[in-house]
Amino acid sequence: MRWIKSIVRELYGLFVDDGSFAGAIAAWLILCVVVMSRVAAGARWAGPVLFAGLALILIQSVLRFARRHTK
Amino acid sequence: MILGLGHLEATRIGTTLVAAFLASLVECVEALTVVLAVGSVRGWRSALTGAATAFVVLAGIVAAIGPLLMRIPLHGLTRIPFHMVQLVVGAMILLFGMRWLRKAILRWSGLIAMHDEEAAFVRSAEAIREAEASIAQLPNGTHSLDKFAFSAAFNITMLEGTEVVFVVIAFGAGGAGLLLPASLGAVSALLVVAAAGFALHRPLARVPENKLKFMVGVLLSAFGTFWVGEGMGAVWAGSDLAILWLMAAYLVVALCLVPLCRSRPATVEG
Repeated sequence: MRWIKSIVRELYGLFVDDGSFAGAIAAWLILCVVVMSRVAAGARWAGPVLFAGLALILIQSVLRFARRHTK
Repeated sequence: MILGLGHLEATRIGTTLVAAFLASLVECVEALTVVLAVGSVRGWRSALTGAATAFVVLAGIVAAIGPLLMRIPLHGLTRIPFHMVQLVVGAMILLFGMRWLRKAILRWSGLIAMHDEEAAFVRSAEAIREAEASIAQLPNGTHSLDKFAFSAAFNITMLEGTEVVFVVIAFGAGGAGLLLPASLGAVSALLVVAAAGFALHRPLARVPENKLKFMVGVLLSAFGTFWVGEGMGAVWAGSDLAILWLMAAYLVVALCLVPLCRSRPATVEG
């Protein structure tokens, strides 16, 4: 049974490493789905906006980590 | 046209195959490192039996669950709209891929330690020797299996194997006909790593695992973004070829972040 627990823990760890990073991605996706599916369905700019938000989340998370670990 | 396939379809199948291969390669190398460490310290028979048993159990689970999954109608006459499947699978791949990409950027910028299979091999072997010294020895005749070696090899193979199965399902769920290229990618990775491990009897330190993780992070993030976009009804410029510009865009962002973080004095952690 211990290996099942390990697998569950490992699978969770596949998606979540830094909680705030995963949370920000999830929140951005939910916002995009809710807003864009109503406002921008079929729009060509929806994809780039989705990417831009994700890229910003990545940049912010990496720089925050760097700031914390270089003080 | 490539072998009767349209360029877009060939791009989708090709990128799925390569992404599944690279992601599975990383997991297989990690499993192989531990199996090699266990085998070299405690004996090959028990370690290989443990790994093979896990492989059979995993294959049995996939064989049992696979046909059930195939019966769930994801396309056409379905109760689950396909865009919902794309959204959920895309979000999972995105979380998975961006986590890898973030970690890879932190590694390349020197903020966390690089993954080193040679060092992992030595650490695993040391841990096994310590466990060997502290745990009372079980009767271990020439014909009996070493339970420690068996369970260590079994656990790591189940663990990494489950991750490979997840990768295959995630990539395979991205569209009709993608399960086969995703499975082929994973099986190829397994064969390559098994052959290399058999030939070398050493951890695959020459596999540029950190570079691979960087690239897999980029690939998965691009795939995840594309599928989430499709799921929410976005129209991508260039259709499926948008995956390629998404890969390029993530790569540029990641490559710009590395020197930006490197310029700060690092406090390396593991």
